[in-house]
Amino acid sequence: MLAMVKGKWVYLVIAALLAFLILIPFDWFLGHYTTIMIFIGISTMVTVGLCLLMGYTGQVSLGQAAFYGLGAYFSAVLSKTYSVNPWLAMLIAAIATGAFAYVIGYPILRLRGNYLAMATLGLGIIMWILFGQLSQFTGGPDGMAGIPYLSIGGFIFDTSFKRYFLVWFFCLAVLFISQNIVRSRSGRALRAIHGSEAAAESVGINVARFKVKIFVLSAVYASLAGSLLVHHLRFVSPQPFDFLASVKFVVMAVIGGLASIWGAIFGAGTTRILSDELLLGFGEWDVVVYGAILIIVMIFMPEGLFVKLKELIGRWRLRYAERGSET
Amino acid sequence: MSADQFLQYLVSGLTQGSIYALIGLGFTIIYAVTRIINFAQGEFVMIGGMLSFTLACSTGIPLVPALLLSVFIAAAVGAIMYLLAIRTARKASVISLIIITIGVAIFIRGIAAVLWGVDFVRPPYFTGDESISFLGAYIHPQALWIIGTTLVVTILLHLFLTRTMVGKALKACAINPRASGLVGINTRAMALIAFAIAAALGGIGGVVMAPLTLTSYNVGVMLGLKGFVAASIGGFKSPVAAVIGGIMLGIIESLAVGLDWGPFTSAYKDVIALVVLLLILLIRSGRLAAEEAG
Repeated sequence: MLAMVKGKWVYLVIAALLAFLILIPFDWFLGHYTTIMIFIGISTMVTVGLCLLMGYTGQVSLGQAAFYGLGAYFSAVLSKTYSVNPWLAMLIAAIATGAFAYVIGYPILRLRGNYLAMATLGLGIIMWILFGQLSQFTGGPDGMAGIPYLSIGGFIFDTSFKRYFLVWFFCLAVLFISQNIVRSRSGRALRAIHGSEAAAESVGINVARFKVKIFVLSAVYASLAGSLLVHHLRFVSPQPFDFLASVKFVVMAVIGGLASIWGAIFGAGTTRILSDELLLGFGEWDVVVYGAILIIVMIFMPEGLFVKLKELIGRWRLRYAERGSET
Repeated sequence: MSADQFLQYLVSGLTQGSIYALIGLGFTIIYAVTRIINFAQGEFVMIGGMLSFTLACSTGIPLVPALLLSVFIAAAVGAIMYLLAIRTARKASVISLIIITIGVAIFIRGIAAVLWGVDFVRPPYFTGDESISFLGAYIHPQALWIIGTTLVVTILLHLFLTRTMVGKALKACAINPRASGLVGINTRAMALIAFAIAAALGGIGGVVMAPLTLTSYNVGVMLGLKGFVAASIGGFKSPVAAVIGGIMLGIIESLAVGLDWGPFTSAYKDVIALVVLLLILLIRSGRLAAEEAG
């Protein structure tokens, strides 16, 4: 019943959303929101990785900003200081960050639950301190300006309008890849690991390898997001990669639903709009609100706000459809 | 490095380490009784320190009552945290509980930033600012207060856990919550007491530390991490081990910075603590994984 109702609607909804997404940056529509949408796209990329890791595989990361920052700094330093082509820099950043995640992934993912959370939290803070301290490379706490724009041939991404499409191209690609992973054999393996590592191991799933794979994938997503961020801002400093940034990504994942790929957009969107639009003039109140959101959502709807909403709409639609078929 | 310098670094390591020990004790008690790692543990230190500044400097309350009141309020915040956030989520998974306590941590931190602003503050010294010379090293009187308080608190806590009825009930809960429930121990009340004690320990740490090291709304995260290192050196099992772990960490940190080799300036002090954390976790990962599963 639910599947039938869903089939009719789903393509229409997707087409409408896509059209909406394409129209947003035009001035006569919602052009005012172009910049914030760029940030939402970038945050979504990091959040999706976190969802795969936390929601599907059951592994906590409180240091996702470390990978985001690594991507950002690799891109910034290579493309500015060493004049490497920005696309190549982005690729090198993603590979290097992925390799780093791979190397630390094996030992660190042997930890579980609380210990993994603390270890990733510690790792995130170490990287943040290093970003600020290795000032001969990174420009120190004051940061580094003058990072070049990305360009294809003669086409330079020098306006927010152009970068909007670039960022959302990457963001949607990441979302689709993730969705395919979740629906594939690997996705079922991940959920098995979430359910019980011992049981997953006993049916022939190489638990350690799967966990590391997803960890690396989430790191690569974050790295790409970081690269896009610095080529958008043309500036990099340690501030967007601190402890609070890692927590913000958890907030986004939690609002969207830890085990919900598309919820990531909703989570990133809500959180960004909350901090950049609604609570901008209220100083540290946004942090208070994040804290409250984390507590309340995890207590009352641990599956996530977005998932809960979807469930309610689904139930309402089902009732509506039943009433329709009776008459 | 001369012997004098060595002694000097040892003293400052011991001072810092005492604070980590108090925080580590808090982690240990909550974990033992509830199997929860409280990621907001460092925030109680911040609350203690900031409150003692406000109460002692801008309300006219004399120093001693101001300090006691600060610790009491920190303990109350711990109890409220348990009642509102932890107890309502009794059946939550480990991930949920981690996220909830992180939520509490940044909630408290945000409120602190709104209330007190983002500047560092210094509450008054307990007994003056004249350093005492001791075998060629200088000890600040506040450092003596820190070390002394930690010592007294550890002994009192030990007596409380081994000699009083409530303390023994807490220990019973730590060993086997279900069996303790069967013999009539109210395990929820014990969890509440554990949170209040842990928060009070953090508050005490904050109150004695703040005059020497200064404090601000965001000192909680780093102190919490280091307290966690202390508790994990002790394996979250014994309070005494957590204290020893904390003092060890303080001394390692202090000496590593003091030795002044390579690129390691004082800016890397926190990195050293975190590397110690990662090493301990990785070395013990086999056992920790077994514990978490069982």
